[in-house]
This record gives sequence, C-alpha cells and structure tokens, in this order.
Amino acid sequence: MTKDYSVELEVIEGNPSLRALDDVIIKPIDARPTKKYNILLSITVTLLLIMAVCIGLTFYYGVGLWGNNQPVAWAFAITNFVFWVGIGHAGTLISAILYLLRQQWRNGIARFAEAMTIFAVICAGMFPIIHMGRPWLAGYLIPYPNTHLIWPNFISPLVWDVFAVSTYLTVSLVFWYVGLIPDFATLRDRATNKVKKTIYSLFSLGWRNSSRHWRHYEKVYMILAGLATPLVLSVHTVVSWDFAAAIIPGWHSTIFPPYFVAGAIFSGFAMVSTVLIFVRTVFNMEHIITIDHIEKMNKIILLTGSMVGYAYIVEWFMSWYSGTPFELFTAMNRAFGPYAWAYWVMMSCNVFFPQLFWFKKIRRSIPITLVLVILVNVGMWFERFVIIVTSLSRDFLPSSWHNYHPTIYDFGILFGSFGLFFTLILLFAKTLPVVSIAEIKSVSKDAQPGHNGGD
Amino acid sequence: MPDKKLFGVTALFDSPDGILNAAKKIKEDGYKKYDFNTPYPIHGMDDVISSKPSKLGYITLFFGFSAAAFILSFMWWTLAISYPLVIGGKPYFPLPAFVPITFEFTVLLAVLSTVFGMIAVAFNLPYNSHPLLDTEYMRNVTSDKYGAVIEASDPQFEENKVKEYLKSLGGKSIELIYEPEELKLKVFEPRFLVFLTIVAVLSSAVTYISLNKLMYLPPFDFMLNQKKGSAQEESSFFADKHEMRKPPVGTVARGFLPYEFLGVADTNQFYGNPLLPTKKVLALGQEKFLTFCSPCHGNYGDGSSRLMGQFPPGPTLHSATVIGYSDGKIYNIITNGQNVMPSYAYQITREQRWAIINYIRVLQRSGNPKPSDFTAINKTDKESGNVQN
Repeated sequence: MTKDYSVELEVIEGNPSLRALDDVIIKPIDARPTKKYNILLSITVTLLLIMAVCIGLTFYYGVGLWGNNQPVAWAFAITNFVFWVGIGHAGTLISAILYLLRQQWRNGIARFAEAMTIFAVICAGMFPIIHMGRPWLAGYLIPYPNTHLIWPNFISPLVWDVFAVSTYLTVSLVFWYVGLIPDFATLRDRATNKVKKTIYSLFSLGWRNSSRHWRHYEKVYMILAGLATPLVLSVHTVVSWDFAAAIIPGWHSTIFPPYFVAGAIFSGFAMVSTVLIFVRTVFNMEHIITIDHIEKMNKIILLTGSMVGYAYIVEWFMSWYSGTPFELFTAMNRAFGPYAWAYWVMMSCNVFFPQLFWFKKIRRSIPITLVLVILVNVGMWFERFVIIVTSLSRDFLPSSWHNYHPTIYDFGILFGSFGLFFTLILLFAKTLPVVSIAEIKSVSKDAQPGHNGGD
Repeated sequence: MPDKKLFGVTALFDSPDGILNAAKKIKEDGYKKYDFNTPYPIHGMDDVISSKPSKLGYITLFFGFSAAAFILSFMWWTLAISYPLVIGGKPYFPLPAFVPITFEFTVLLAVLSTVFGMIAVAFNLPYNSHPLLDTEYMRNVTSDKYGAVIEASDPQFEENKVKEYLKSLGGKSIELIYEPEELKLKVFEPRFLVFLTIVAVLSSAVTYISLNKLMYLPPFDFMLNQKKGSAQEESSFFADKHEMRKPPVGTVARGFLPYEFLGVADTNQFYGNPLLPTKKVLALGQEKFLTFCSPCHGNYGDGSSRLMGQFPPGPTLHSATVIGYSDGKIYNIITNGQNVMPSYAYQITREQRWAIINYIRVLQRSGNPKPSDFTAINKTDKESGNVQN
C-alpha cells in the first residue's frame, strides 16, 4: 500500500458544492425540531431541573446538605469544577493550537469544540460559587473599591483561578463570536423570515465578506490563536496550583501543571468525540465530520492518555524517591485504601483502555470509540475525585482522618451539571451553525486559486 | 431610478481563480475604489488589496503591555500601599506570585482590544445600512460566488464603461448598486414618545411602590419585626432580668489609662510638657484651642468671649498670673476644670492638651514680645520679601 504523502488528504468527503455545504450545515437551524431532538431536550432539561432543585435546597438549608465534612471540604464541588474546566480545554486546543499548526482538518470540528469550551466553563464556574454556600459573596473576589477598604489576596492560587477561568471564558466567547460573524452573514442572507433576518443582521454587524476585511480578519484570528494557546495551557496550570501550592501529601507536587494540562486535553477530546459522534449522525454530516476526524482525535486521546499514565507512575516514583513517609502513605492509601475502587476505575479508564487505540481498526470503529471515550470521561472524573478525596480524607494527623460519603444532593448537582451542559449543546446545535461555514468552505476542493493561474 | 445615487457596479465570478485574475487586472488598470467579496479568504488576495501586512497587531502589543503594567502596579498598590498585609510571611511585592494574574489580564485586555479594534475601527462595523447589503450580489457572495465591486467614487468611474470592463474580465450578473435612502428615524414619532412616557411612569411607580410600600408589608418587613432586645427593656431570658449586658466588674476598656493626678494642682512636680513646640504640635494646639478654648478665652486668649452675656467670660490668658502658671498647672485646669470652667478630659486627649498649652505659650509671647522677637521677625520677612515697616 503506497500513499502519496505530498498531497494533503481531503478534509471533506464527496466534494460537495459550496451551496450544498451551506444547505447541510444550516438545515438543522431552519428545520423544525424533530421528535428525537425534543426527547433528548426533555431528558437534559429534566436533569437541569434536578440540579436547580438541589442547588435551591442547598442555598436554603446550606452546604450541610452535602456530604462535605472536615477535612474533606472540597469534595464533589471542586471535583466537578476541575472536571468541567478540563473538558473545556479541547475546544481551545482545536481552535487555537491546531490552527497555529495548520491542521486543516480542525475546520470541521472547531466551532463545535469551541462551543463546548464555553458551555463546559460555564458548568465549571458554577461549582466554586455554589460551593461557597453563600454565592452572593462571590463579588468579593473582584478587586473593586469596597467599604471594607480591603482587596482580594492576589497571592492566593484561588484568586488566580478566578482570573484564569473568567479570562478563559471571555476569550473563548470572543474567539467564538469572531468566528461566527461571517456565518451570521450567510445566515442573514439566506433568511426569509423577517424576525430571523433582524436577529442575524444584528449579530453579523453588517459583515460583507469583503477582501479588505478578510485581510485583517485572518491576521486577528492568528493573533487570537496565538494568545489563546498560552492561555489554555495557563488555565489548567493555575487550576493545578490550587492543589500544588498546598502542602497536603499527594498534592504538593511539581508535576501537577503538565499532568493537569495533559489530563484536561485528554478528557476534553473524549467529550468532543462523545458529542460529535452523535452530531454527525443526527445532522447527516458524516462527510464533513469524517471518520478521519474521529481517528485523529483518537490519536490525540492515545497520546495524552499515555502522558496521564506516565504522570500516575511518576507520582508513585516521587512518593518513594521523596523519602517522605506521608507521601508514600498517600500513594499506598490511594491504591489500596478505602477509595481503592475509585483509583482502579481511574487507572483502567485512563491508562489501560485508551491503549486499545494503538490498533487502527479500533481507532476507526465508531461504536468502540464511543465506548472508550465515555470510559475516559468517567475515568477523568474519578481522577479528580481520587486526587481530592484521598488526599484530604487522610492527611498528616490520623486523629483528623474522616472518610467522605456523598449525599443525594451531591449526585443531583453532578448529574444536573451534565444536564446543563447538554441542554446548552442542544440549544446551540439548533440555533447556530455547528460547523464553521466559512472555514469549511476554505478547505473544500478547489477552494483556493490554482498555481497555474486559473487557465 | 434617477433620484437614487449610484454606489457601484458589481460582477460575480464562478471560481477563485477567476476572481483573483480579475482582481489583479482591476488593480493594474489603475482603479482605486474597488473591493472583492468572497465567501472565505482567498489566498493571494491580500497582495492585491495591500502590499503591507495588517497593522492590527500593534493594538495587541500596545494594550497587552499596558495591561501588564497596569495590573502589576495595581496589585502592588492594593497589597503594599492601600492595605498592606503580610500574607504567609511573604514580602509586600512578591513578583512570582503576581505573574499568573499579570499574564491572564494581559491576555484578556490584548484580546478584547484587538477584537474591538478590528470590528469597530478597522471594519467600521456595525454597518447594517451598507449599500451592498440585502442585494442579490450579497446573497451570492455569502454563499458560493466570488464578487468584485467597483465603486462610483472611483476617479475612472463611468457607468457603462465599467459594466463592459467587468464583463470583459469574465464577470457575470452585472448589477448596479444604489445608495440606500436616508434612514428616517422614528424616535420622535408621537407613538414612540407616548410609549417612552408610559415606560418611565410605570418604572418609577413600580420602584416607588416596591421600595416605599412593599418593603413595609409582610413578608418583606422581616427586617423591621425582628426578635431583639433593647438596652433598657426587661428581659425574660437573662437571670438578672436586664436586657442590657453590662461588662463584668473590673473590665477595663482597650487603651484606657488611669489618671493618677486627680486633685493635684500642679503636675509639674511629676513631669513637664512632653511635647516640644514644633510646627506640627503648634498647628494641633491651635486647632484645638480654636475649637474648645476660644469660645470663652477669645481667639487670641485675651478673654474676648464670643458667649458674652450667655456665659461668664473667661479670664485673659495674658495676665501675669497665667503667664506665671507652670505647664502642669494649666494641664490640671484643662483636665479637671476650675471655677465655672468644666473638665475637658473627655473632649481633649492628653496629647492635645499639651499641644494647647504649647500654643497658649505662643499666644502669651506674642502679647508681650521682646525686642529680639522683632529682629527675628524682620529677618524672616526680609528673606521672604514681605517687608512692611
């Protein structure tokens, strides 16, 4: 089997015309919601309502409803926070880093991944605020001149977190919107309904696809990608400092930043795959989001999964090499203590199962991929659970040890956050183009002038 | 439509090669006011538009550096100047700990300024009344065609010539685009004004009722009707039946210093005035003297009371008797009072009393100056160029 590697693979299969691309991408927006869509939406909204009830009760009675205790004060809320922030990272990686690396296949999935970033960060941002129990006090994290004459402690990693996550959300939102402007123009010019046309005109800002604009637009897109790349790496680094800056055994470790970033991309790609597998089937976009996309994402999952596995092993090594009995105890306690089941769920889902992606047949098999990426999502949630709960429940003083048992409200909020995420995803898929129309056109066949001068 | 002003002539092309060749030709032929509208950026088009790269990167650079400088100095000001706090034994300006927020804020402002600069300054958007919008031409170029437009403001523009020219380049569907009619703003239409009035009246009524009436009705009046005890009420809860909780016997307030010299006429036998007559002390003494002493003793201590007829006038402070008083004796008088003068111990702090005494000495000296004082005053006046005699 010989392949000509000098020719890039076609990003879109079947060479559809530009107008056909418009049609297939905009169809879900114009068509009335199907029965399947309504059923899915009712499920996710139900989950969302469960979360709303659980959060309402939490605000009324206080966080005592949760299983949190001393010493495990962070428990589910921070586990969920780190999990969701991590999910967000794939979006920026696809839209910014792969853009800088000139990976043209990203164009088909970038829009969706960026949307997922925003929704995941919204889910994530909710958790630290409800974890405070008195969410109205969150405003004190913003440095504004208040009557107490005091300022946030800028030396605290928790305040860094506020800046990192809110910057990340803002930048992702701006990046997403900049990419949407040309698509809003396309939607505007296709719309026949007056209300729709007004809304699209409003958001398109009067964009006219002018070459004088494209010149600046491409430059700015490059700058945004260049700024978003270090930003995305910084966000999970800062999140990992929440742990690494503490002296709790199992947390106080210099490998945390790269380990967290790799884990974030790992879980993020798994979530992108999970959702895209459904989207391409439901919206008939198999030729735009191709099996090649799935395979490439599976390769990244394999790579980052192996990095995460390496980090787990280094943690074992460091706990022995550090010579600290507490570190060694924490490592042993993780693998064989009361939460050993969680540790081995994490190990198997994150380290062992993704290794199956070494086989090309498995990488290109949709059902197996779906199972594996869901397992990765489960595993990555348990990774954060293991880090937080095992370290906190048994630290230096055996007299202060206390095991953690989540309550029904913890689970309600956890599953409800998935409801929030998927509700936003479903609403997005129905209201905005899930694939960037302008970007996908630019990588279709014969989209760029030939080198023969067009003869 | 002769009353409409022509904006330009447009043509559609089917392929990216077609538009790029046409673009190069249009530029070569000396047209100035032209534009191309393509569904996505076409490689090579940038060189036709301008030989220089976009300058928007300088916005990013400028605002990025400004943001970094601002947030670093802001964090230094808050944690080292405005409210200095020692946190974890670290210095007031721990640079490594400020790096993450500096970075995040730099990225945030750089991104926002770049995007704002692009949309509002470089693109001049939003511009929903642009002549090209809502034309058949625009509907094509936002989908699958590549368009060129030569504007009527071009110096070489002639309607028929340009039409033929675009056709000769291979353009199809030649379209004439006209400027849109002037927008008629409907802001001052009576209907809209009535609507605005209703909104204004309704929102003020709702605000007034909710803040002034609703808040005093159940269940919103819970702040007014709380279970609480007042200091003078009888208590059913405490054993001594007093709602007021008095401090335990022997409690001393923070900062309380007992006065050891009650009844001692002249404290000078124990210690003298601890304050030197410096500028700062005299300014404090003057301020307190004018506040507390001058109503009866006069602004210059000469006994010209402002309360003449309402309260017995205070004696002059320039008499030989008062000049002869020691500092300790005056201190005792201010602290404990004398004749009809009450004690000022609760109004004037100890430090302020000593400052007042220093100021009284200045007043007394100015009432009975020595010749050497005049020499000194003349000397300072000469130096400051303020000679009067």
